[in-house]
Amino acid sequence: MTDTDMVMSCRKVWKLFGPRPGAYLAGLDPAASFDQIRADGYVPAVRDVSLDISKGEMLVIMGLSGSGKSTLVRCLSRLIEITGGEVRVEGQVIGDLSEKELIDLRRNKMGMVFQSFGLLPHRTVLENVAFPLEMRGQDIHTRRARALEVIELVGLGGREDYFPRELSGGQQQRVGIARSLAIEPDIWFLDEPFSALDPLIRREMQDEFLRLQGLLGKTIVFITHDFDEALRLADRIAIMKDGAVEQCDRPDRIVMEPATEYVAKFIEDIEKARVVHASAMMQPVNGHDLTGAAVDGGKTISQLARLLVNDDRLILPVAGPDGAIIGGLDRQKALDVLLGAKE
Amino acid sequence: MTALSTNAHHVDARHDVRMRVAQILLMAALVLTVGKGVLPEGLVRPPAWMVWPFADWINAFFDFLRDDLGLIHVTRAFADGVEWLLDITANLLYGKNRWPRLGPIPWSVIAITAAMIGYYLSGWRLAMFAGLTFVWVAVMGQWEWTMETLSVIIVAAPLSILLGLVFGTMAWRSAGFRMVLNPLLNVAQSLPHFAYMIPVVVFIGVGPKAGAIVTIIFSVPPMIRMTLLGLQKVPPEVVEAGHMAGATRWQLLRHVRLPTARTEILVGVNQVIMQCLAMVVLASFIGMPGLGQKLLQLLQALKIGRSIEIGITIVLLAVMLDRCSKAWATRQPEHIEKGTSWLIRHRLLLVWAVLVGVFWGLSLMFPVLHEIGRRDAFSLADPLDAMMDWVIMVLDPVTQWLRWFLIVWVLIPLRDAMLWLPFSAVLVFLMAVGWAVGGRRSALICLAYFGLIAMTGWWDRAMITVYTVTFAVFLATLIGFPLGIWGSRSESRARAVLLICDTLQTFPSFIYLIPVIMLFGVNDVAVVGAVVLFAAVPLIRYTIEGLRNVPVAQIEAANMSGASRRQTLWSVRLPLALPTIMVGVNQSVMFSLFMVIIAAFIGTQDLGQEMQRALSSSDVGKGLVLGLAVAFMGLMVDHLITVWANRRRKALGLET
Ligand SMILES: Nc1ncnc2c1ncn2[C@@H]1O[C@H](COP(=O)(O)OP(=O)(O)OP(=O)(O)O)[C@@H](O)[C@H]1O
Ligand SMILES: [Mg+2]
Repeated sequence: MTDTDMVMSCRKVWKLFGPRPGAYLAGLDPAASFDQIRADGYVPAVRDVSLDISKGEMLVIMGLSGSGKSTLVRCLSRLIEITGGEVRVEGQVIGDLSEKELIDLRRNKMGMVFQSFGLLPHRTVLENVAFPLEMRGQDIHTRRARALEVIELVGLGGREDYFPRELSGGQQQRVGIARSLAIEPDIWFLDEPFSALDPLIRREMQDEFLRLQGLLGKTIVFITHDFDEALRLADRIAIMKDGAVEQCDRPDRIVMEPATEYVAKFIEDIEKARVVHASAMMQPVNGHDLTGAAVDGGKTISQLARLLVNDDRLILPVAGPDGAIIGGLDRQKALDVLLGAKE
Repeated sequence: MTALSTNAHHVDARHDVRMRVAQILLMAALVLTVGKGVLPEGLVRPPAWMVWPFADWINAFFDFLRDDLGLIHVTRAFADGVEWLLDITANLLYGKNRWPRLGPIPWSVIAITAAMIGYYLSGWRLAMFAGLTFVWVAVMGQWEWTMETLSVIIVAAPLSILLGLVFGTMAWRSAGFRMVLNPLLNVAQSLPHFAYMIPVVVFIGVGPKAGAIVTIIFSVPPMIRMTLLGLQKVPPEVVEAGHMAGATRWQLLRHVRLPTARTEILVGVNQVIMQCLAMVVLASFIGMPGLGQKLLQLLQALKIGRSIEIGITIVLLAVMLDRCSKAWATRQPEHIEKGTSWLIRHRLLLVWAVLVGVFWGLSLMFPVLHEIGRRDAFSLADPLDAMMDWVIMVLDPVTQWLRWFLIVWVLIPLRDAMLWLPFSAVLVFLMAVGWAVGGRRSALICLAYFGLIAMTGWWDRAMITVYTVTFAVFLATLIGFPLGIWGSRSESRARAVLLICDTLQTFPSFIYLIPVIMLFGVNDVAVVGAVVLFAAVPLIRYTIEGLRNVPVAQIEAANMSGASRRQTLWSVRLPLALPTIMVGVNQSVMFSLFMVIIAAFIGTQDLGQEMQRALSSSDVGKGLVLGLAVAFMGLMVDHLITVWANRRRKALGLET
């Protein structure tokens, strides 16, 4: 990963809520625990977080309620000022931007879907969706046409003249999604954007975002409580606890090698076989006798289930994307994963 | 758990200390009272060295503002601007001979317009009410006076709203400004109406212009408060959405914050309109023509029937303005189905335009629809007078006796007792109360407020005001409290009584004088009667509200432990409702202070009478000092009750 690929990076970012957070952080022992900080009357909503997000990546943030996910995203978009550390967007430290530069950045690069929608109550669906376009100074016909297009896309066609309070929760959420879709930002912050949607429409929306990300190389930071959703979308998952990122890695690595006990507990109930790819479980080729048909390294263990049960070799050869053998899969271990056996 | 109990222990200990100190202070006050005979004169009446010439200072300050700083030119310019606007509305509404020389608009057109506004805002019922109000005004021959009053409100209310929005937004933007503004607003909202009039008379003179300006000044504070409140209540995510859309500060304010604060702002608009009406009526004291002036003249001439007619008009206007502006505040935008044609979308506007045309045309053919002269007008005055004579004749023995009893056995002895009390005893007593309620800080606040009153040199007058208000609030409690308990018995009754109270509260204070003057004539008893009536309303209101909002769980718990209805009331519901009821007492005291001062013109000897004198001699310093003395009384009571009620709420666990 080269530096130019990096769209966003944060270094040792802190966000404390409390009476005098700056002074407190300056005198804080770096090893202080969450409970110590709480006892001093501060809420460490984000604690020493360092992350790099590269262009075109979909980073999913997970964690229990109150673990600081929304706050972290607000730090990244400078909706709140951070207490310590540094956030860079495309190499610029956003904490140093002037008000005008920040407004330009938001108008041209960033978009966000809010957890509780943040719709303007006095504006119709259409006017809400067109709002960011209006702020960019587009004329009324252009922005109307564009807004109608995305309203259609989120399935709210025909309701563009309704007011937010005349819509259900899920419909309001879709207005929020449409509003951020309207400007197709390069960097997208999505705070539980699908939480109020039914499974069908949720899947459609996920596909839409995947399509946009693949097609236009959008960078997306996505918060969710739903592990299945995370698995569908994520390039990497960051798991947060008490304001700190416990682990940030590819999904199958998180499942196979949880970095901390907390992460292990967090993923305990996940069906690993559906997450882990053959390539992530394989061992190096050296010394093993690899014969016969190879399995596709890009498939998950559960996709290989039939093959694993029926085969009788000890080690199965694993093929990379180009068909070359890249390693060997221990069939017994793979079956353990498939059956959910605990070590 | 342990932390909690030590905490409770701590609180108990603090409470005990507070009570001990309060007792000692109370004893001291008693000693001072009993030993009055041997006290040095300086402890009985405020000594001369204590009385500072505040009035002179204020006058000097105002002279400096007016002459040296040339503020008079600024105010004159502003007043001229206002006058220009007033001339326009005056021409349109009652045909004053000024630009644009189009008026007067026929009364039938104005009535139909009011009805259409009522229909647009709320529906048929409000439409009928608004329309018929104007029909009544026209038919009773009060058109010109009513239009004089309305023409001022139409100019003053929008200006107040604008000023309120600007100052409210500034207060929201800057914490420093907020800190300066807040105490000013507190004082401003407890200053009696007359205190506003005197400086206006000095700077602007008398007449409609001055009336409009005093109305604007008087009605701005609630708008500032509601704007500030609304802006502070905008949900953070809505603002953040605006930020992410790349809105500039101005765009955020204009497109996000202010529209989202719509409901609070419109509540502010409602308050502005009601304050305007109240003030416009009172501004008759500084030469504002219109309904207020007529009412004042008729009351002074004891023309009861005609006063009642005007009273009814003012009440109808008040209710109409209140309902319309409240309907506007609660009205939510609704979407219009797609494909609706222009004609249908604007059908109300079209209907209105057509109706205006029709009625204007008709009024050209039938002059009655244009203007109803005094000679053609109806009047209920004669039958009303006859009826009132009869009522008074029947009630006379009772009112005579009541008047005699109250004056001879209650009012005069009470007043003499208050005047007899050494001022030092009063101050120490107030400190005792303050200490019992809120510790040292409250005691010092009480001392400061009443100490300042002593320093103004108006101690005796102030004591008369105190006695009138205390006695009136006491009577109001005797009436309002049982009525409130009775009203809260069933949900439907509570709603009905609350509606009546709400309606009564929209009436300008002046109205309350009509029935009491009718029954008791012009004297102290009438003053007390008016104050009692005016002050009982908030008491009833808050008693019902307090009782109604007691958590259901607590009542159920009481019922399950076998409490009878009476026991539930006295040992569960009332104690829990008491903090809310005390808020009612607080308002009741405020209302009493306002009313006592207004009632001065029917003959009192308190601060109000002096204020009237200051008004007629345009003595700004004296007027403001007297006004501040009244405001300090109100602020002290407000402080004590707020501290007490908050503490009580916390103790009862009602705080969320
Ligand atoms: N403005 C604020 N002032 C004080 N504390 C705050 C503020 N905003 C958030 N917090 C605290 O920061 C912590 C993290 O909150 P945050 O909203 O980021 O959680 P979250 O992970 O998004 O939770 P959820 O899944 O419920 O949305 C919480 O303990 C919260 O109470
Ligand atoms: Mg959140």
